[in-house]
Formats: sequence, C-alpha cells, structure tokens
Amino acid sequence: MTDTAPLAAQGAGIGRSGRVALWARGFSHALLPVVTVVAALLAIWYLACIPMNASNSVLQAARADVAVSPESASDRRGMSGLALAVRNPGVAVAGAFDQDRARLPAPHQVAAELWAGTVGEPVTSNRSLIWHGWVTLSATLLGFVFGTVLGIALAVGIVHSRVMDMSVMPWAIVSQTVPIIAIAPMIIVVLYSVGIQGIVPKAIISAYLSFFPVVVGMVKGLRSPNGMDLDLMATYGATKGQTFWKLRLPSSMPYLFASLKIGIAASLIGAIVGELPTGASAGLGARLLAGSYYGQTEQIWAALFAAAILAALCVGLLGVIERALLGRMGMTT
Amino acid sequence: MSPVISAKSLNLTFQTNDGPVHALKDVNLDVEKGEFVSFIGPSGCGKTTFLRCVAGLEAPTGGTLTVNGMTPDEARRARAYGYVFQAAGLYPWRTIGGNIRLPLEIMGYSEAEKRKRVTDTLALVDLDGFEKKYPWQLSGGMQQRASIARALSFDAEILLMDEPFGALDEIVRDRLNEELLSLWARTEKTMLFVTHSIPEAVYLSTKIVVMSPRPGRISDVIDSPLPKERPLDIRDSREFIEIAHRVRDGLRAGMEAA
Ligand SMILES: Nc1ncnc2c1ncn2[C@@H]1O[C@H](COP(=O)(O)OP(=O)(O)OP(=O)(O)O)[C@@H](O)[C@H]1O
Ligand SMILES: [Mg+2]
Repeated sequence: MTDTAPLAAQGAGIGRSGRVALWARGFSHALLPVVTVVAALLAIWYLACIPMNASNSVLQAARADVAVSPESASDRRGMSGLALAVRNPGVAVAGAFDQDRARLPAPHQVAAELWAGTVGEPVTSNRSLIWHGWVTLSATLLGFVFGTVLGIALAVGIVHSRVMDMSVMPWAIVSQTVPIIAIAPMIIVVLYSVGIQGIVPKAIISAYLSFFPVVVGMVKGLRSPNGMDLDLMATYGATKGQTFWKLRLPSSMPYLFASLKIGIAASLIGAIVGELPTGASAGLGARLLAGSYYGQTEQIWAALFAAAILAALCVGLLGVIERALLGRMGMTT
Repeated sequence: MSPVISAKSLNLTFQTNDGPVHALKDVNLDVEKGEFVSFIGPSGCGKTTFLRCVAGLEAPTGGTLTVNGMTPDEARRARAYGYVFQAAGLYPWRTIGGNIRLPLEIMGYSEAEKRKRVTDTLALVDLDGFEKKYPWQLSGGMQQRASIARALSFDAEILLMDEPFGALDEIVRDRLNEELLSLWARTEKTMLFVTHSIPEAVYLSTKIVVMSPRPGRISDVIDSPLPKERPLDIRDSREFIEIAHRVRDGLRAGMEAA
C-alpha cells in the first residue's frame, strides 16, 4: 500500500471519496511511526522488567520451595539481576510482571495505577492524581505567567537599553547554571520565614526556570526585523514605542511561541521540584516523594506519567493557540 | 526661493572589511520645489546611497546636505517625505490595506481619513479589491504597487522613489508613469526618482541626473526642455529622442572614465 500511495495521491484531490482517502492516508502516515515507536518502547520496558525484578522473583520462588540457582541466599546477594535472570530464566520471567513493589513495575501495572488514580478516585480525594495534578498545574501556570511576564519585560529592556543588554544577559545565563534542586529549598525557606507559603513559592521556582527561554527567544524575536523594515519606520518618524508595537512585537510572535513551549515544560519541572523539599502533602512532586519514601514504585511511575501527560497537554494547547494566532496574522508557519 | 534639497560637496565613504568604498564623491545638487528629478546610472554608482542620505537613513562623511532647510534627520522626524524602497518590504502580518494604513496610524490620521486614503491610493495603483489580501497572496509587481500606495497615502512634500517600477511589465509601467505625472502635476510634490530606464527618466523628469561609479559621482545634469504636459506619444518626438541621446552619451562617458 505504501509504495502506491504517491501515485494515488495525484488524483486524490478529485471528488469527495478521494479527499477522505487522502485524509485517512495522511492520518495513518502520521500515526504509523508513532505507534511503532511506542510499541518498541513498551517492548524494551517489558524486557527490562525481567532482570530488574529478577532478584525478587528468585527470592519469592525460593520461599515457595522452587529450585533456584544458586541455592544459597548469600551466594545470590552479590549477583546482578541480569546474571540471576540468565541462570533462572523461567522463574525470572514468571515473576517479572506482577510484583507488588517491583523495582521496575511493568507498563500495565503503571497503567492500572494511573487508571485507578484518575478514573477510580473522586477528584476531591487526596489519592486522586487529577487532584494532585491540579495542585501542581496551578503552581505551574502561575509561575509560567510570572516567568513569561518577567522574560518579556527583560527582553524589552535588553533590546532597548545597551546597559541592560550588557548587564542582564550574563546574569540570566548564570541563573540557569545553578542547579534548581539547590536553590529550591532556599527559596522556600526564605519565603516561609517572611510568611509566604503555599502556591507562591512553587510558582516562583517555576518562574525562575521559565523566564529564561522567554528572554532568549524574545530578544531574538524583537531583533528579528531587518534593516529595511526598521528604515521604513524611521522614514515615518515613528517613535521607539510605535516601532515596538507595530514592528518588533508582531515580528517576535513566532519566536515567542517557540519559547513559551519550552517555558511551560520548564515551569512544570519547577513546580514539581518545589514540592519536593517541603514535604508537601499535595501535588505530583509530593506523590513522587511519598512513593519513593514507601517504596511504592507504581505510584512514582504513575506520577511521572501524569506529569508527562500534563506537560504534553500544555505544550499542545500552546501549539493550538500559536496556529490560530499566527494564522490570523497571515504568518502561517 | 531656496532649494528644497541642497547637497554641497557631499561625500560618503563606507568602511568595509575589504577597505573603504567611496559611494558618493563631491556630489553637488540643488533641487527646487516641485521639480521631478531622475537619477540614472549603472549599478553601484550610489543612487540608493544618495536617496538614503536625503532620507536621513545614512550619514554623509563629508559636505553638507539640507532638506527643507533642515538637516536630513530633522526632516525625517518632521515627516517631510515618503520613501519607496527598491524592494516592496510589506509587513507580512498586515493585509495590503493594513500596510497602507501603517504610516497613517503612526502619523495619527483620523479613522475616517484612514479609510478614505486607503481606498483612494489602492485605486490609484490599480489594486482595488485587494485591501483584505495578505502580501504573500500578491505577485511581486502587485506588492511593489502596494508599497507605492503606502508612500503616497500620507501628505509629504517630497517623494523619494528607488526604482519603484523596476519589477513591473511595460504596460503597467506606462500606466503608472502617466499616473505619477498627473499626481505630480496635481500635488506639486518634489520627486526624486531612481531608474535604470532612459525613456522613463526622460519621460518623467524636469531634471535628469546622470551618475557614474567608482567613486559614485554626478557626471551630467540635464534640464529637460519638454513641456509639463506630456502625453505618452511625446516619446516619439525629436526633442525626446535628443535628450535620450544625451543621457546615453553621459552614461557612456561615465563608464569610460571609470
Ligand atoms: N551599507 C553599506 N555598506 C558598505 N557598502 C555599501 C553599503 N551600501 C552601499 N554600499 C556600496 O556603495 C556603492 C553604492 O551603492 P548603492 O546601493 O548606492 O548603488 P545603486 O546605484 O543604488 O545601485 P543599484 O542600481 O544596483 O541599486 C556600492 O559599491 C555598494 O557596494
Ligand atoms: Mg539601488
């Protein structure tokens, strides 16, 4: 089918059925690579479960008086999971995919946990991933707004003032080289000591991560008009403000959206990191921490996937807004 | 009456990585109010550079230049001129109407005035009905006409045009030449017009400035004896052909001297 597709596409514009066929083909063309990659990743994951969980599988089997090799527990202690799996293939495979606190839970276990945490719980429950996701998302969005506003403001300053150009950019870069995990507790402690807690400290950490891509992208975008575009404004005797609103800002929109997509993902990471050091009881970060505290690996993975899904939704939404706005501006990308 | 534009021993040297480029050397030129001056000369002889100096977009390295008795920069801020660039340079996120509206917005025209002027100038360049289209939906020549409309939409005493009709076909070019002449007669604007076409220069101008390259300089200034009223078939008259000859000789002499 695939090798006849280019031929068929020639006539596909004719008539309605042709258009439907073209749509279906475009869809399957887009879907096929995605499905292939996902299938490959799942296969690797399942395979990895066997050695990762081998020592536990073998231990359970030994307790149930199934013959395992080596026989003595002290001999097994120093062995890698891979070596155990190779020496006890049947036992390792049989026990790999349904352990309670598996070192690496299998995909279907994580999926079940995700399902239970979203559909299986009322959203008001503190076991609901939707509720925890919302706690993290609200901090993410607030921080994203802070970061975006700050980033745009800095970019405007950098583009219009030589002093800011020379002074701000190096500090912005330095700020991103400091590990966020090191600063986050300090931010939270300092803010707590002045009576600020809850969503704001997390949002500030989000903003700290998300302003940077916005600054970089907006500086580039605001400087993207070429010499002639700027000369035209000069011939009208336009003020700096008019040049900004009527030329620099519209020119920067494609750059802004590219930055916003990176920024929202960084914001989410910031919010999650902000939930780790406080021993917070709510949010995906808190779920991660609690999961690792009690060895609930399924809970950790479910929270990780919830975070990834959240990020994908945010980036996707920005993409939709981008296409609508740039389309309206006649700047189809 | 003092000239609208006055250049005295104007010099401009660009410092480039390959050493200095002498784009304008000892340029002396007076343009009176209401004149139509064409600049003609081989590529790289400094026509664009001279126009940019008049517009205050380029700073001369020597000599003096006044526009309306002011420095070019003051004249620029006083919105003394409209400028048509060699390329159309429409803003892609604005419709054709929006592009023509741009200078009107910046100069603070009233809403009704904006609407009227957009419609009028679009009709002038034969683009009625394209107001809502985006630049990429128009051909290169149509974009160029839109950029002319943009420069004509506001009231400036001086119009600086850098090869505005270079991208157009012969027929449209003839029509726009006629339009430009009647606009000029009506408004008594002062025109500075760059072209590569000898007939176009002779047909339009009251004064033809012939330039030659390396270094860019004026090699001849020809005052046209043609009447102000110019039907298209004036191009077959003896006077017209004689002036055209003189322009061609000037161009050739400039090339040989270089
Ligand atoms: N910004 C610049 N920097 C350096 N050199 C320049 C610059 N602008 C123009 N020049 C040089 O100055 C000379 C004159 O250029 P100009 O653009 O005025 O020529 P022109 O007569 O308009 O040519 P054309 O008919 O091809 O448009 C050329 O040699 C060009 O290389
Ligand atoms: Mg030029």
